[in-house]
Amino acid sequence: MRREVPLLITGIVGIVFVVSYFIPHYPFSEMEHWFSDWFAIVAACAIVLGALNLMVVSGQKIARRKEGWGYAIVIIATFLLMTIFGLAGGTGFRETGTGFDWLYKYTFIPLSATMYAILAFFVASASYRAFRARNAEATLLLAAAFLMMLGRVPVGDVITCFMPEGARMSDLAIWIMNFPQTAGQRAIMIGIALGLVSTSLRIILGVERSYLGGE
Amino acid sequence: MKTRMVEILVVILIAVLAVVAYLGKIWGWHEGFVFSTSVSLAVVILIFASLIWILVRTLMDKLVGRRIVFLYVGIAITLPLFMSIEQEIVISDEVQAIYDELEQLQPGSKVLVSLDYDPASAPELQPMAEAFFGECFKRDLKLIIMGLWPMGPQQANQAIDTIMARMGLDSTDVIYGEDYVNLGFQAGNEFVIQRMGSSFEAMFGTDYRGTPYQDLPLVRNVNNFSNIDFSYNISAGFPGTVEWVQIAVDRFGLRLAAGNTAVQAPTVYPYLRAGQLVGLMGGMSGGAEFEKLTHLEGKATTYMLSQSFSHIIVIGFIIIGNVAFFRSGRKSGLKE
Repeated sequence: MRREVPLLITGIVGIVFVVSYFIPHYPFSEMEHWFSDWFAIVAACAIVLGALNLMVVSGQKIARRKEGWGYAIVIIATFLLMTIFGLAGGTGFRETGTGFDWLYKYTFIPLSATMYAILAFFVASASYRAFRARNAEATLLLAAAFLMMLGRVPVGDVITCFMPEGARMSDLAIWIMNFPQTAGQRAIMIGIALGLVSTSLRIILGVERSYLGGE
Repeated sequence: MKTRMVEILVVILIAVLAVVAYLGKIWGWHEGFVFSTSVSLAVVILIFASLIWILVRTLMDKLVGRRIVFLYVGIAITLPLFMSIEQEIVISDEVQAIYDELEQLQPGSKVLVSLDYDPASAPELQPMAEAFFGECFKRDLKLIIMGLWPMGPQQANQAIDTIMARMGLDSTDVIYGEDYVNLGFQAGNEFVIQRMGSSFEAMFGTDYRGTPYQDLPLVRNVNNFSNIDFSYNISAGFPGTVEWVQIAVDRFGLRLAAGNTAVQAPTVYPYLRAGQLVGLMGGMSGGAEFEKLTHLEGKATTYMLSQSFSHIIVIGFIIIGNVAFFRSGRKSGLKE
């Protein structure tokens, strides 16, 4: 039963969603609404479960003095801090000027942006060390990258200001984005879509069961 | 000095700089600290001269390490913030299309905005949100804001506070519940979009403040996408623009434009070329173009010089790396 019930739920929900796309009328439309509402409920519960799981895992890490347990203390402390400020603020806890908003604005935003900004340094370093014109394909990629990097910023047109309108760096970048890039993206998208259809059918029909876990 | 000691010193230095920057922001120190154009040009020339010097050293088989690359990228990003060099921002067709669409909407039209990103992508996407909200307020378009990412609605609040302050508006000029509402975050990814196709209220029973949906004058008569005149999605990944196109546009016929991070923008170009997206703001440059169109110049315009400068520095180091590669007989990479 532990495997059959989830398989049955997956099959019914999958078939209802496929059918309701083509026949958006009663009873399939009602069933689709019902399943969508349930998905939102399950997803909301999953967020709570995820937060609790993070606390349990971090707590175990501290109790067993595992490597990096100091960071687990920071996780629990900051989680509790944000939760306390959030609960203390009532329904308007996210309003401008509340303690939660201050923490969000002056700690969470800068820290998140910093983590993302570090990518710039790593991308630059990785490009310096590994972006090589080793063969014809790599050289083509390198040339396209140069054109895009210059064409997407104003300095690209400053460098090519002597060129006629329509042949400047920004025009070349737009051409690359609109034609070769879009053609490549379409090919990838069609491939992914075909793979998705086949995998979805296998899941709906119960052939693919690895998502259930276990053996 | 031991590596651990150096790391601790760097962390202390960064913490001190962060406190100084915070105090500087509060007390407005940064406003008076700008290089003149000639000093700015001199700084740029000096940096490029040093880059050429690195190239010459590379030709002499003296390679630079990654820390030097980090230093240059840091300089390329931070110094332009204090420079006064004007740049001409060229408007692309995809950004112009969004502006044209807003221009065609009648005052009072309802615009649905979904902010599907978090603070990590905010430096790139927040200027788009600010300029878009500002233009909607100018044209008296009614904003219905939501988020498929938990932080999205909070980012919307920040953007509205910022743009209202910049435009000199207060809560009597733009009234919550009548001119805009923030419906908040709803878990469920693309299923939320699908359910909104039949009922907004089923997914958003209250707004983010807890006000019941039927008590909000702006959305009281909004049942589904057929009551929305235009929509705009700002996205940094999943769920985002792709899901909005596949469900809201293809299935329910919503008119949609998007603002994406520069990394994500190429993936939605097929939708743009197929007419499923009305327009697209790609990365910070897309935001700067929209700011120029709306005359609401903000952070995207300010940061474009940093972006120009950092792109040139990265290209410079790629060229230097390739020179080293060819000098070594196309064999070695740079190990450090």
